[in-house]
Amino acid sequence: MISRPFPGAAAIAVTLTRMSPPIRPWFAVLLALWLSGCDSTADRAVVVEFWAMGQEGEQVKALLPEFERRHPGLKVRVQQIPWSAAHEKLLTAYAGDAMPDLFQLGNTWIPEFVALRAVEPLDQRLQAWPQAALKDYFPGILATNRLEGHTYALPWYVDTRLFFYRTDLVAAAGWTELPATWEEWVQAMTRIKALAGPERHAILLPINEWQLPVILALQRGATLLRDRDRYGNFREPRFREAFAFYLSLFERGLAPPVGNTQIANLYQEFANGAFAVYVSGPWNIGEFGRRLPAAVQPHWDTAPLPAWIPPHPNPPPPGGRESWVGASLAGGASLALSRTSLCREAAWTLLEFLAEPEQQARFYQLTGDLPARQSAWADPALAGNRYAQAFRRQLQHLRATPAIPEWERIANKLTYHAERAIRRQVSVDEALAALDRDVDRILEKRRWLLSRGVQPSPAGQGSAR
Amino acid sequence: MKGSERHAALSAGIFLAPALLLIAVFFFLPVLAALLLSFSDFDIYALGDLNRLRFVGFNNYLQLLQSPLFWTALGNTFYFVLVGGPLSVGVSLGAALLVNARLTRFPGFFRAAFFLPVVTTLVAVAVVWRYLYHPRYGLLNYGLSLLGIEPIDWLGDPNWAMPAIILMAVWKSFGFNMIIFIAGLQNIPTTLYEAARIDGASAWRQFRYITLPLLGPTFLFVALMTMIGYFQVFAEPYVMTQGGPANRTLSVVLLMYEEGFRWWNMGYASAAAFVLFVLILAGTVLQLKLQKSR
Repeated sequence: MISRPFPGAAAIAVTLTRMSPPIRPWFAVLLALWLSGCDSTADRAVVVEFWAMGQEGEQVKALLPEFERRHPGLKVRVQQIPWSAAHEKLLTAYAGDAMPDLFQLGNTWIPEFVALRAVEPLDQRLQAWPQAALKDYFPGILATNRLEGHTYALPWYVDTRLFFYRTDLVAAAGWTELPATWEEWVQAMTRIKALAGPERHAILLPINEWQLPVILALQRGATLLRDRDRYGNFREPRFREAFAFYLSLFERGLAPPVGNTQIANLYQEFANGAFAVYVSGPWNIGEFGRRLPAAVQPHWDTAPLPAWIPPHPNPPPPGGRESWVGASLAGGASLALSRTSLCREAAWTLLEFLAEPEQQARFYQLTGDLPARQSAWADPALAGNRYAQAFRRQLQHLRATPAIPEWERIANKLTYHAERAIRRQVSVDEALAALDRDVDRILEKRRWLLSRGVQPSPAGQGSAR
Repeated sequence: MKGSERHAALSAGIFLAPALLLIAVFFFLPVLAALLLSFSDFDIYALGDLNRLRFVGFNNYLQLLQSPLFWTALGNTFYFVLVGGPLSVGVSLGAALLVNARLTRFPGFFRAAFFLPVVTTLVAVAVVWRYLYHPRYGLLNYGLSLLGIEPIDWLGDPNWAMPAIILMAVWKSFGFNMIIFIAGLQNIPTTLYEAARIDGASAWRQFRYITLPLLGPTFLFVALMTMIGYFQVFAEPYVMTQGGPANRTLSVVLLMYEEGFRWWNMGYASAAAFVLFVLILAGTVLQLKLQKSR
């Protein structure tokens, strides 16, 4: 199935035959490169261009022989891009009209690429799927791939943040496991800090990361933005309360005011007991297993985040204490089709293949990335990993950050103002007022687009066939 | 006569045309486009659909001048230029005098050795220097500890990060200026020194009244080039500190890069670029004026 990108191809072919012999081969090569949108190679296989990041890009190659065996007419060319440059590369590829057919993207980037009209809506294709298949995804994660009722990508693997902690240090402080509420969490940390002395701390919260203050605020019920995400909403009491609570962790000396570039070796410091608790994601299950010394290996575990429970809840929260899990962020990576790709059908076949529970389970074994489909968690390798179980519980309690392209910039501003407040250069109220001012400025374009009736994230445009 | 003149002009034009065309297409056109961009709010929305582009007049410039982050970046850049620039010129002049001295043995070896940092890639150098600067295992702090000085968190301490970057930048770049100074020194006729020696001039007086004045044009060139290069400091903080800690090593070009390629605020980033251009232009004019008034 040779696709013809434009009618002039034949004319060029004629010109080609008239060229003098020495130029012809080179010109033919250039032409072939130029035309290869979704072209058949000599052996008539369609080549799907697939961009994946970091170690995922490396490991996914192991799944592909099976795919190519099942679909003899399809070949996959994987382009591996480093995570640090991935966002820029995708934007540049879009600007230069050189998008791959299928690509991996962080699920917080989806609103941005939808606003660019770079991704193909999947609604029509998903209608052919059985209902149960979509329900198999963790709902909080699937939600981040949907905008205004349309699905633009499918989750590949999931990522959320929870506690990694030293069981021995927590036990020494008198707790058998990490507490399930904010109040008790602070009590436990205060005790740990008292035992640890002035040089050590209860918890490490790198001040240049925005995730924990946002998680605390979302748990507390803050909306972050207001009026259809037109303005910042950070001076609102619930956000202020969560933010003040976050700052108090530094004021009380429970967490050191350092950024993550100042931690020379995280694993060494964790092993030394420089801090007992750390908030991190699934990638550190493998890293902790590899990098912590053998003596510390029996003394660490993972736990879901504590919940914010009002002092005298009325009615009391349902279920026992075990069911109290505080929400965390719905992170992870998704797979999307490029809207301008010439072989979206072939790319979709590959996406469907990678979404199969068996492939998800195999991908977990290769990378340690947690599967987005719950049925893949029945795989013995994953069911037998005790550190992953806290993630499984946490993944049922997820909240998403605002689904707008400006979010990363807003989060960046949040870190900036939080850092100033932690260093006591400004008061809580000054920091939040400045944050609202900055965020309102960032959202100015969005307000302008909405006021003109333009959808910043245009939904359900027909595909450019 | 007239005909042959026209003929000469025509052939000159033909010979110049390829170069001029390339400069026009690859230099003037992009600069013009960037100038236009700086008056627009080109961003991620406009990239998706040009109907979502607005021309905002001087808004980007106004916002830039009101942004505390820009002033922080500008302050850091001036710190880098005013401390690093003279230091770099001084070190390269000193090295040139040493290498060029009659008593120095193996001048070729030293010339090559001092020039080596210039030709090595910055990223590789930065990785090595990050080890040297490491607060606990770094060679620099080890040396200081032998002198009984407490370890310094070179790249993590807001007050030390910029000096650390300047030190590395000077080490990396002084070799280039040194070569130019050596060329300048070798152009000074030895007869002048001989005459001065006969008159009983000390080494310092020879340097003050022969070397320095005759190095004038070289000095101006080196100072200008160093200033322009140092105003555009980007790679060192980008690789070593990413602008941190607490934005103390954020330079104007790094800010421009972040705004442009991280947040895709092309209009705002272009405005930052033109403000920097105006500053460099002003600095150059000032130096030329100073030189002339002597």
